[in-house]
Amino acid sequence: MINVNIYRYNPETDQFPYMQAYSIERPKKDIMLLELLNILKEQDSSISYRRSCREGVCGSDGMNINGKNGLACITPISKAIQKDKIDLRPLPGLPVIRDLVVDMTEFYAQYDKIKPFLQNDSAPPAIERLQSPEDRAKLDGFYECILCACCSTSCPSFWWNPDKFVGPAALLQAYRFIADSRDTKTLERLDDLSDPFSVYRCHGIMNCVSACPKDLNPNHAIGEIKSMLLSNKRNIIASDGAS
Amino acid sequence: METYNSNNIQTLEFDALIIGGGGSGMRTSLELAKSGLKTAVVSKVFPTRSHTVSAQGGITCAIGSADPDDDWRWHMYDTVKGSDYIGDQDAIEYMCSEGPKAVFELEHMGLPFSRFENGRIYQRPFGGQSKDYGKGGQAARTCAAADRTGHALLHTLYQNNIKEGSNFLNEWFAVELVLNKSKEVTGVIAFSIESGEVAYLKAQATVMATGGAGRIYSSTTNALINTGDGLGMALRAGFPAQDMEMWQFHPTGIYGAGSLVTEGCRGEGGYLINAEGERFMERYAPNAKDLAGRDVVARSMVLEILEGRGCGEHKDHVLLKLDHLGTDVLNAKLPGICELSKTFAGIDPVYEPIPVVPTCHYMMGGTPTNIHGQAFTQYNGVDEIIPGLFSVGEAACVSVHGANRLGGNSLLDLVVFGRAAGLHIQEALKSGGGVSDSDSDDIDQALRSLNALNHSESGFEVAEVKRELQAVMQNYFGVFRRGDYMEKGVAELNTIRDKISNLHLKDKSAAFNTSRVEALELRNLFEVAEATAIASLKRTESRGAHARDDFKERDDENWLCHSLYNPTNKELSKRGVNFEPKQVETFEPQIRTY
Repeated sequence: MINVNIYRYNPETDQFPYMQAYSIERPKKDIMLLELLNILKEQDSSISYRRSCREGVCGSDGMNINGKNGLACITPISKAIQKDKIDLRPLPGLPVIRDLVVDMTEFYAQYDKIKPFLQNDSAPPAIERLQSPEDRAKLDGFYECILCACCSTSCPSFWWNPDKFVGPAALLQAYRFIADSRDTKTLERLDDLSDPFSVYRCHGIMNCVSACPKDLNPNHAIGEIKSMLLSNKRNIIASDGAS
Repeated sequence: METYNSNNIQTLEFDALIIGGGGSGMRTSLELAKSGLKTAVVSKVFPTRSHTVSAQGGITCAIGSADPDDDWRWHMYDTVKGSDYIGDQDAIEYMCSEGPKAVFELEHMGLPFSRFENGRIYQRPFGGQSKDYGKGGQAARTCAAADRTGHALLHTLYQNNIKEGSNFLNEWFAVELVLNKSKEVTGVIAFSIESGEVAYLKAQATVMATGGAGRIYSSTTNALINTGDGLGMALRAGFPAQDMEMWQFHPTGIYGAGSLVTEGCRGEGGYLINAEGERFMERYAPNAKDLAGRDVVARSMVLEILEGRGCGEHKDHVLLKLDHLGTDVLNAKLPGICELSKTFAGIDPVYEPIPVVPTCHYMMGGTPTNIHGQAFTQYNGVDEIIPGLFSVGEAACVSVHGANRLGGNSLLDLVVFGRAAGLHIQEALKSGGGVSDSDSDDIDQALRSLNALNHSESGFEVAEVKRELQAVMQNYFGVFRRGDYMEKGVAELNTIRDKISNLHLKDKSAAFNTSRVEALELRNLFEVAEATAIASLKRTESRGAHARDDFKERDDENWLCHSLYNPTNKELSKRGVNFEPKQVETFEPQIRTY
């Protein structure tokens, strides 16, 4: 048997959240946690969680699994289980809507803030803009983000200042555009991040790196942004303001 | 629970409403965002969770990068042939000739395409592609961002919608179309999944961009959300569906898990082997081999398995061999596949072949539309536009895929026809086109099914009925079909219909009640499944993806046509295929070999 403890909260009926224990026979095959949740939902249809692609590319089912953020659809039971027990909680640091579903408004707002779209001052050519394979390779490790929020919601700095610290996910995206040879707004992008909070609230805790289910490295992106800011003289004063 | 009626729900009014936030919906909304019209994208998931994200191999288009002499007419020839000649040639011509513009636009928006040494977009070979109208050998026409093209495309579109300030109603679920007395579509009944709040979303133009419905089968590459919601709503409203017997089974779904393994694997040089280690596609398609049309490859795989040359303990799959490509190619060109194989098959393609099996992948049929996305129905055999209703992408049948879609053509379909629908709606609404209002009776009528579900005290379990439905489709309407089995399937669906109208919603809560969504999705799945079953039974020939053991040959005399399923009387009629492209000569039907 496996004991699955699920964080439960229904705003219409519960004053406080609680952990509900479910007991289920361990499947013979090593299935993914999302499949386990689907089986449990057949027994108790009131359990609420997001899911879509069930193969780790859409980023819907980020949750806290035995204390660590991850995607339920690509986490096998064998990896999650500790002492025959699995605790499932919503992603930390964001308001809970219901059960394992969090309100991601603040997370998305930070994404919007970094202007996550290509900006280029010149008129586009009749065909594609050319980019060398070497320049294109600079986007590898950054463009693949699925916006699951596993990184930002594992970051103490984001918990503390979700409105002012851009957070690892959106900073990864900020760098994806800074690094793009086709984008001409590098300086403006850096300027936008030069205040004491946006990027400098990152203290290199590295939870983001260990949480990312796609093996991306937001800390690397943040490091690149910081060194670009520091090599950019007019931003040195701004960075001094950060503690 | 409260009974909803036109007086106690709010009305939100828009010029245009787009149901679905995947590739086609967001391409439509992007066009409309620039127009100044009041638009909303209604998506049951946050847009980047849509199934476009799972597309891997690329977007097929003659941009002349891999081969400067490439020609959209060659792409058109391949697509017509791939469709087994029931793709509409005016629509295919439009898609292939407008395609390069649409792909360059995506690149200008920032899509991180992979590149050739000269800096142009990387293109790889895909199935069914040729140069010089089939005479010049294999073409390489599929533009790729590694093997994550769908992800890159969907995120790029979302990013540009942010840039243009598009209005999104995220995590809202559309339940039913609202129709006025003249059967014009005036919007939808929808609710916020987060709060449960129900509203009448009123619009002059309602665009169904709701994607496919692969979840009618128990084994599918499709996301859990692919439940044919738009098509289900249209069928319930009495509007027809076209070519519903045409379902693509992708040759390479991961055995057991169903996840897609891109055709790009074979494009990069991978090939299929049976239990004897034989590269069996050489026997079935001597020229194109593993890059024959998907229907051809899927059938060959099933035949290998049926003839006892399947792999594994149960001899029920074949293997996709990639290890000979080397670590560098696999890491650079197919990194996502390596990741998926490790997660879902427990194998590393660098060392071992991937166990694969044909898996339901794509719905070639859908709501019939013209190239502007306008949906139509037929009265006495004559096409008649449905005022207010549009459909784009996989939900629509325009029809560029006919009886079999070529790999990489779905992403092109999304952006070309998403854009076309957006352009048309702008023009139409600015020149005063629109629909008359629905009255309170019409709105109450559209609220009925939601009220009935909300008040259900007993009835059938959603999960059980869904499993039953999927088993019927899997068993009787798979890669190979037979009249007697299909009749059995249709009969079983009849008993399932009673259960569908008596589903039990145990949890009546308002906030993020996913069991309510799942119950409503099942109703849509059922409509799509029934249309599929009846169309499959009644098309008495084999063409493209529709392969019948009891009618093995293509029958051009009787069936060189679309099928049109009428949900009101459950009859199937025939509709002419367009053979009149504007810029090129008609491609006449020929025997289809690879």
